[in-house]
Amino acid sequence: MNFLLYPLTMVTFFPLLGVLVLLFLKPEQKNAARWTALITSLITFGISIAVLAQFDRTNPDLQLVINLPWIQVAGWNIAFHMGVDGLSILLVLLTTFLTPISILSTWTAVEDRVKDFMLFFLLLEVGMVGVFVSLDLFLFYIFWEFTLVPMYFLIGIWGGPNRMYAAIKFFLYTMAGSILMLLAVLWLGIQGGTFSVPELVAQDNIPANLQTWLFLAFAAAFAIKVPMWPLHSWLPDAHVEAPTAGSVILAGVLLKMGTYGFLRFNLPLFPQAAVQLAPLMGVLAVIGIIYGAAVSYAQQDVKKLVAYSSVSHLGFVMLGLFALNPQGIQGGILQMINHGLSTGALFLIVGMIYERRHTRDMDAFGGLWKIMPVYGALTLIVTLSSMGLPGLNGFVGEFTILLGAWEAGQVGGPFGSYWYAGLAAIGVILAAVYMLYMFQKVFLGPVDKDENRSLKDLNWREIVTLAPLLVFIFWIGLYPRPFFELMAPSVDKLVQILQTAALAIR
Amino acid sequence: MIFSEVTSAGAQFFQWVPLILAFPLAGLLINMFFGGRLPEKVIGIVGSSAVVLTFVVAVLQAISLVGHPEGAVVPLADWIHIGELHLRWAIQVDTLSVTMMLVVSGVGSLIHIYAIGYMHEDVRHNGDPGRYQRFFVFFNLFILAMMVLVSADNYLMLFVGWEGVGLCSYLLIGFWYDKGEGGIGNAMAAKKAFVTNRVGDFGFLLAAFTMFGAFRSFEFESVFRQAPEVAAIIPSAIMFITLFMLLGVTGKSAQLPLFVWLPDAMAGPTPVSALIHAATMVTAGVYLVARSYPLYSLVPEAQFWVTMVGALTALFSATIAVGQFDIKKVLAYSTISQLGFMVAAVGMGATVAGMFHLVTHAFFKALLFLSAGSVILGLEQGHHHVEHDPVLRKKAKNLHHFDPQDMRNMGGLRTRMPITFWVFTIGGLALAGIFPLAGFWSKDEILLEANHLYSWAYIILSIAAFFTAFYVGRQLLMVFFGEPRTEPAAHAKESPPVMTVPLMILAGLSALGGLLNLPGIHTFGHWLEHTLEAATHGEAAEVAAEVGAEAAQAGALGFDLGIAAISTALAVVALGLAWYLYDRRYKQMLDIPPAKRPDDPLRSILGPVFTGMERKWWVDELYWAVLLNPYIALSKFLAQVIDWRFWHDWFHDVVIAGGFKWITRLTAVRIDLGGIDAIANGLATVTQGLAQQMRRLQTGYVRNYALSVFVGVVIILGYLILR
Repeated sequence: MNFLLYPLTMVTFFPLLGVLVLLFLKPEQKNAARWTALITSLITFGISIAVLAQFDRTNPDLQLVINLPWIQVAGWNIAFHMGVDGLSILLVLLTTFLTPISILSTWTAVEDRVKDFMLFFLLLEVGMVGVFVSLDLFLFYIFWEFTLVPMYFLIGIWGGPNRMYAAIKFFLYTMAGSILMLLAVLWLGIQGGTFSVPELVAQDNIPANLQTWLFLAFAAAFAIKVPMWPLHSWLPDAHVEAPTAGSVILAGVLLKMGTYGFLRFNLPLFPQAAVQLAPLMGVLAVIGIIYGAAVSYAQQDVKKLVAYSSVSHLGFVMLGLFALNPQGIQGGILQMINHGLSTGALFLIVGMIYERRHTRDMDAFGGLWKIMPVYGALTLIVTLSSMGLPGLNGFVGEFTILLGAWEAGQVGGPFGSYWYAGLAAIGVILAAVYMLYMFQKVFLGPVDKDENRSLKDLNWREIVTLAPLLVFIFWIGLYPRPFFELMAPSVDKLVQILQTAALAIR
Repeated sequence: MIFSEVTSAGAQFFQWVPLILAFPLAGLLINMFFGGRLPEKVIGIVGSSAVVLTFVVAVLQAISLVGHPEGAVVPLADWIHIGELHLRWAIQVDTLSVTMMLVVSGVGSLIHIYAIGYMHEDVRHNGDPGRYQRFFVFFNLFILAMMVLVSADNYLMLFVGWEGVGLCSYLLIGFWYDKGEGGIGNAMAAKKAFVTNRVGDFGFLLAAFTMFGAFRSFEFESVFRQAPEVAAIIPSAIMFITLFMLLGVTGKSAQLPLFVWLPDAMAGPTPVSALIHAATMVTAGVYLVARSYPLYSLVPEAQFWVTMVGALTALFSATIAVGQFDIKKVLAYSTISQLGFMVAAVGMGATVAGMFHLVTHAFFKALLFLSAGSVILGLEQGHHHVEHDPVLRKKAKNLHHFDPQDMRNMGGLRTRMPITFWVFTIGGLALAGIFPLAGFWSKDEILLEANHLYSWAYIILSIAAFFTAFYVGRQLLMVFFGEPRTEPAAHAKESPPVMTVPLMILAGLSALGGLLNLPGIHTFGHWLEHTLEAATHGEAAEVAAEVGAEAAQAGALGFDLGIAAISTALAVVALGLAWYLYDRRYKQMLDIPPAKRPDDPLRSILGPVFTGMERKWWVDELYWAVLLNPYIALSKFLAQVIDWRFWHDWFHDVVIAGGFKWITRLTAVRIDLGGIDAIANGLATVTQGLAQQMRRLQTGYVRNYALSVFVGVVIILGYLILR
């Protein structure tokens, strides 16, 4: 039984206990199902805090490692191998933090088949945490694919009118990318005699031309998940159709699985390919930043606007990661967290108004700040955070990313041109354009629709749902040091690998 | 810690400086969380006291600096720390930053007190008294952000304040976000201000990146210390930094080509226009250039560009001010023009003159805006009076569309609002540069320096000064002289003491502000010297020797009777011309029947040129045609055609999904035709089976599926545990 007492297996599999309880509930015991899920996810969050307490922030290596032989047939060495380091610890915390918040947001929004909903939600949490702590390629792949299943049902059952289309598209699209990754995983595992990522990184014996192919195979899966331009076509469908809590998790955590994949696998496993392909990834990231911002501005549906803004924001993350220097990568990791907080909050906010008015068309609103002052004020803060106002979290991430990208633009740097950072900085202007446009359409101006006059301001549960996110929005904006400290040693180690590789190919 | 460093004589309060942030923060938090339950008076007093206390702290800093002119840096906390990047929150106390603190909190205090009275009326006039609380929250937030801006010891913390004040500007321009043209006009103006400023901030960011590349630091001290070295190795770096920064300056300080947001910003309540859009926030760009003097002094080309931008802006917007009818718009363009004077001054290296004008301008322009607010309020009350008087109501026309800010609706207010009239006149004459008011001294100093350093700038600025005196005269005459042109103007009332007392104090400051830096004594110059010289110490002084010597010489130029005589003569002539046109010609105009009567004597003289001035030389229209409409069209095209119709609908749904269906159908047909082979058959069976499963899933047997997943997980776990 020791197996279950490891901190990381605890935090990964604890939600299954909630699933077990849920199975014994009757479908009409809605509140019991809600409370079960909420308490389970809160305890999971507690366990993740315990993981954080045991985490040594000065140690660059993988910690709290559990490594058990698992499947050993025909020379395959698949292990149950988990661990955290500075690259993943914050994402684990983000996942366990956003899950209870999302569950709380469904309290009145989901009335239909509550028990099943909660069941899938907790299973989703298992998959997501598993992705971030797995160190065995095979185990990672299982968790990676496993997350698709509950999300598929969350969109397909509790989604909007076009939910089946969106759910199937989401499933097939991400699945298609994963197949190439699976081939690469198998190749690596068989060639290297192990599926363990740290061991493969240590072997460091993949020839440069092969690295490129393997890099691209992994990138196919991750780039779709991020999503990087032009592979974003599934995202607006999935977001628009998904229920609020699904959108929060989708934007908040699932997209980060893509960027995390680049960070955990592509950069350290194929460093030479990463250095060589950095300009390509940088170009796609910059296009994503500008394109996502421009397309956001032309949306009528608030949720779609926020969905496209993710393309722009994740472009920043990718730009930071492929700057391949400490500022860029640390900024990129922090921006993953920031995007989870800000965009998560934005989807919650959209959900709150959708629950009241059953529309997300911006033309249906106007002047809401007057009717819902608390809602307006909280939305304003989140909006400002999302557009990178200094003093709030978004700025810290964007600034460090852009600074990293600028540094990478020096002669001989991964980008080799200042245009990357220069053009990406235009995204900062465009973000203000679409976010303030949204705020103006919904919250400012006169109240000219009668349906809006009687809207109720946020209740306590809704405020409690948003409040934790706002705390972190301010905290990271004003004093991000603890967050950077968590990741710094591991990032430095990764940068070391990349620099060695950069020297090798020159 | 800082106490222990005190060795020399003199009281020293540097360690108290964090209070300049704490007081406004406390004020805004109290009003935000408890303001809903507090009466208006208390809200106003809390908000104002926060700023008055901040002013007291700033005065203590100034007193400390007298004994310790070297100042201090008070660190607060770490901010961002990655690799070589070290950023912290720290307050720099030196004569330059304390000058700004004094201006911001001093003028801020007076305007806060004025706002207690003004907003009381304003929220009632606009029909939403609940927003009184919100006003003071935003107003204190502004003081907080401005204090961050001026007290920062590094460029990034300055940037936090820089965008923070931009946010407050956004919130306060859009304070009446449900009013304005079409109900959305004010909100649009707010957005325009923020986005335009973001364009400037883009420049600031690029300057910051270049700076880090060259200096590996953002701290003033470190950057200025290394500047001469860096300039010797990579001169282009400092060139780029200063020019990118100039873009930021044109945004925040409303210079060409980014000035377009400031006139629209007048949509905010008048205290906002006075504090944010005249006295303090818009001078942040001037402060930035003054602060970065050690960088600018190393690149004469950049100095040239800054001076050019400032001088041209000064002239360009002075001409627009002549063609405006809205009492606040005239002042807005005047502000842009005066900011141009300051930018030109700090650009050419005449930092003392620029900062001096910044201070005096804060006095007289705040005074002018607040007096204009008093006029507007007087007219609104007159309007109210007329509307509720059945006899007057019949006499008056167009009461519904009455614009209390249109100067054509005014006239004769001299006798009806005497205090406002006198303080407005003092402010106006100070702006026009009439001896011995504050504006005379500071503007003269700029002209003097310009004559010495850039003679073409001297000529442009002198012409701008002529226009300045002219529009001041025009405004004074249209508002206060002649006969009332409308019923509300005839029934206007003087404002209450809570508003007029701050006006009188500001009038005193506008009259006597010149004493700060009288020629020959140069109190203010010597005060700032400590900071400016410290920043260009050591090696910097060597490289900057040429420019520095020139500037130092210019600082000691003292007073040139010739220059003073010319500028005074220009101002007097302009005022005389204004008197001829807006007193004499205006009275003659009244004989013409209303239908044919021009609304402005200049219009009949200048014709299309006047229309150009009135329409702001069509700069807004140009922006729409060149930038905004193309961007909107592009984003619609990308969103609707490229992203949706082509990529989403056609490529994914038709090509990929449709292609897949076509292939499956092909296979199925072949099977049907009997060309069966075992593999195809097998595949088909599997597909069918899967389809069967999928259909079952879609009809609601999800629990089974979840259960099977669960069972699977349990089996795996069981295996692992029991193994």
